Amino acid sequence: MKIILSNQSEKPIYLQIKEQLEEQILSGEVREDTVLPSIRKMAADLKVSVITTTRAYKELETDGFITTVPGKGCIVLAPDNQILREQYLRRMEDGFMQAKTAAKKLQMPLAEAQEIFETIWKI
Amino acid sequence: MNREDDRKYMAEVPILEVKNLSKQYKGFLLDNVSFVLPKGYIMGYVGPNGAGKSTTLGLITQTRRADEGVALLDGKRYEEDPILYKEKIGYVSSVSYFSPTTTVKDAALLLGQFYPTFSKEKFYHYVKVWDLPEKKKFSAFSTGMMVKLMFAAVLSRQTRLLILDEATNGLDILFREEILKLLQRYIEDGEHSVLFATHILDDLEQIADYIVMVEDGRVLLQDTKEALTENYILVKGDESLLAGEGVKYLLGAKRSAYGFSALIKADNAALLPAGTVMEKPNVSQIMSYLMKGHEKLEIN
Repeated sequence: MKIILSNQSEKPIYLQIKEQLEEQILSGEVREDTVLPSIRKMAADLKVSVITTTRAYKELETDGFITTVPGKGCIVLAPDNQILREQYLRRMEDGFMQAKTAAKKLQMPLAEAQEIFETIWKI
Repeated sequence: MNREDDRKYMAEVPILEVKNLSKQYKGFLLDNVSFVLPKGYIMGYVGPNGAGKSTTLGLITQTRRADEGVALLDGKRYEEDPILYKEKIGYVSSVSYFSPTTTVKDAALLLGQFYPTFSKEKFYHYVKVWDLPEKKKFSAFSTGMMVKLMFAAVLSRQTRLLILDEATNGLDILFREEILKLLQRYIEDGEHSVLFATHILDDLEQIADYIVMVEDGRVLLQDTKEALTENYILVKGDESLLAGEGVKYLLGAKRSAYGFSALIKADNAALLPAGTVMEKPNVSQIMSYLMKGHEKLEIN
């Protein structure tokens, strides 16, 4: 498991932790049933506040990536295909959003943008 | 992690509860200061010089008497058990409370007499780890050595709350990093807490859970560091920043030869003109824009 934090990033630290763990769980780098370090241990290891890691873990739990087992700690769950799908959908939306912003700057009509996508699709 | 933990947290007695502390001096008033530091967290008590930080700490450590209000340690007043109260607090400042003519050995003796839970072994462990000269008198110690000695003194007792008063000022980066690690290890079991007062947060910001900002003896703002740094946005731009609806919401605007910078509540940021540069501020920046100290720009 690796987590690399950037203070220069516009993303808040808790989100950086959450997204990196999420990515590694989805890719299988961090496997099902892995026991994550405790919230406090991870805060100390990463030199961030306890509230920051608490929030990252809470959101991972809400999104169904991990669960808390009393006495054992935070356990990684098997990645859910539905979640995986939503993850990729979100990435597509992000990409399209960027494309839209650029297209608007060029005052490009939708039809032309669609053409570009079709060309890329066939590559 | 779940609702049950949240409830437990709400019901738990905080390590430190400061209620309406007030203290009047000639020309200075500490006015009705209140905050709560839960178990297992680190709180930064920040403000400019003369804001009342040391006065507050003195009232908590009972070296000064409050005119009004009370500090509760683990839910208890100082008067209920003065010895236990003092035992639970480890206080480190940038000023030494040891006599300059004494040595490490004398300090160990003294600490042993004052504090029932003092461990000589632990104390000498830190003395060795930090290479403190055992034979030298404290008058020959550097500032850094003296601070290390005071950390060794509090870490070798069974304290529950560390109170640091500008303790890491003027220390080199390596020792500062070591202190950060020490503090995080100290709170790791969820039972110990740290309250540090400083006018310059610097690297301490990254490990702080809660921030209390004080100015002129009053609490200006208090919140978790996360919420604080997310609720405000640092905006920069040219004169056009001052046109339009958003200008009413700019906080502490500063003018430079090339443009303006100001703070704005995140909720109001959408009212600013397109093209305004927006950045996530750190706590020191929020402090510098919200406090009176700097020359404010008159808008409207």
